[in-house]
Amino acid sequence: MSITREEVAHLARLSRLALSEAELDRFAGQLDVIIAAVARVQEVAADGIPPTTHAVPVTNVFREDVIVPPLGADVVLDQAPAAERGRFRVPRILAED
Amino acid sequence: MASELIRMTAAELAALVASGDVSAVDVARAHLDRIEAVDERVHAFLHVASESALRAARAVDDQRAAGQPLGVLAGVPLALKDVFTTTDMPTTCGSRILEGWRPPYDATVTKRLRRAGIVILGKTNMDEFAMGSSTENSAFGPSRNPWDLRRVPGGSSGGSAAAVAAFEAPLAVGTDTGGSIRQPGAVCGIVGVKPSYGGSSRYGVVAFASSLDTPGPLARTVLDAALLHEAMSGHDPCDSTSVDAPVPPVVAAARQADVGGLRIGVVTELGGEGYSPGVSARFTEAVELLESLGAKISEVSCPHFSYALPAYYLIAPSECSSNLARFDAMRYGLRVGDDGTRSAEEVMSLTRAAGFGAEVKRRIMLGTYALSSGYYDAYYGKAQQVRTLITRDFDAAFEQVDVLVSPATPTTAFPIGERADDPMAMYLADLCTIPSDLAGNAAISVPCGLAPEDGLPVGLQVMAPVLADDRMYRVAAAVEAALGQRRGHPLLDEANGLGEANGSGEANGPGEAGPSEARPGEEGRR
Repeated sequence: MSITREEVAHLARLSRLALSEAELDRFAGQLDVIIAAVARVQEVAADGIPPTTHAVPVTNVFREDVIVPPLGADVVLDQAPAAERGRFRVPRILAED
Repeated sequence: MASELIRMTAAELAALVASGDVSAVDVARAHLDRIEAVDERVHAFLHVASESALRAARAVDDQRAAGQPLGVLAGVPLALKDVFTTTDMPTTCGSRILEGWRPPYDATVTKRLRRAGIVILGKTNMDEFAMGSSTENSAFGPSRNPWDLRRVPGGSSGGSAAAVAAFEAPLAVGTDTGGSIRQPGAVCGIVGVKPSYGGSSRYGVVAFASSLDTPGPLARTVLDAALLHEAMSGHDPCDSTSVDAPVPPVVAAARQADVGGLRIGVVTELGGEGYSPGVSARFTEAVELLESLGAKISEVSCPHFSYALPAYYLIAPSECSSNLARFDAMRYGLRVGDDGTRSAEEVMSLTRAAGFGAEVKRRIMLGTYALSSGYYDAYYGKAQQVRTLITRDFDAAFEQVDVLVSPATPTTAFPIGERADDPMAMYLADLCTIPSDLAGNAAISVPCGLAPEDGLPVGLQVMAPVLADDRMYRVAAAVEAALGQRRGHPLLDEANGLGEANGSGEANGPGEAGPSEARPGEEGRR
């Protein structure tokens, strides 16, 4: 057993996924199998091997600091789930108490 | 004429449009008619943009009439994977969470296609957020393989591959993160290319795994793929990982189609157990063919390739868990449960649970696990080290040989539903393609015949060093030419999923219904 149902429930909370009980049951079993399989990377990756983060070595890239017009508020808010007075309307972000 | 147009290559269509023998509008209309006739069964498209396609085609015709220079592929229709942003079409990534989303900007690839006069017919189906190997993870239902409608077209760019194989478009664009262009290309019997990482722009590609995602072409011929490769690639200041170097001479290489003296390595680890007999047989024949064409064949061991799959299923989910955090139900996309009583965080969690499908949820949680403190070193850290080992295997191999070859997939197209509930079985479909994603080198899948046991296409994978994309085009074009000569007709003439195979391919003219299973109601109208 590489991962418990309880741990999966914790991962779901961290991932902001309100999963059903049935989903938790199913995913716990599947993730257990997948994690056991991917743990094989531990067999060969010895200390001292440098990690690769990117396929091709990349360095930070700067562009000329040229002013370009941004997207208009109307264009952006057009796709918002809810908008009010030229702003995104969002649910409350603080608790009641 | 319309039925002939849809069977032509992109190169042929571009020449016809440029000469004025056929208008771009007629070409677009022929393909839109074809979509209308068959896409109900193939389901390659999520959105068909008839009006804007005809408008783009008309612009090409006007340009020509005015004597202005045309792009090399001007007037050629194309199917665009629904992961590229488009201002005039929805961009859903096969997900409920983005259903109906109209992006406020075009991806760089979209922009370049438009500028080249390429006519975008619509957006193609895909596994949700490009996570999958069958399109079964699309929230809008699977696409079907034109060779056998009961089977998957591969994925995640399965809609793009199916569109090209079903003659709905001569060209398509996909993205490859773990094999998502080459694997569907292989199982649909067409050409699929993953350019070197950074060779094509990711700007406006909805991100799955940013260190791996690579846009690339799908086409029915190697030359067509090369022409599209050249048209869509090149440095983009909007993508910080875009390589500031000229596009490798892929079109010239595809025309050269010569392997004389080329050193070709067969990867020991990508074959044997787990590979279906038909795939192994066709692959072995392709290698013998290359030898007969003057290539020097040797076997090359890449010992760490067997660890590529586990490393990939740590790296890609880790990056996805971070990238998909942007779907927070606040600025765009779906919002669920916003009833005035719930907090932003509750709404976010409800929306993500309702908007994401099972595979996306699994990968987000897997990535969250691999990146969490206490597990980071043992999983994500180790996977990054394996990535180094795989790159070293490639480096060592490319000191001995010019290109590497393997089957593109371990099996041919599998039946819809067969692997849907078994994630690990699904993951195996990308066994051969993942190493090149992790190392960022170029790789192509080119059809090398049909498996005798099921009559389904097999793909030969050719892998070339980073930014030596031209080399693999040489090999693929040589294989395509030699096999085409031997067969006497295009491989796709034998595809019979839509009941219109061409039999011998020579007896029947292009586009005519085959003798046995012709459906006049479908094809006769054309």
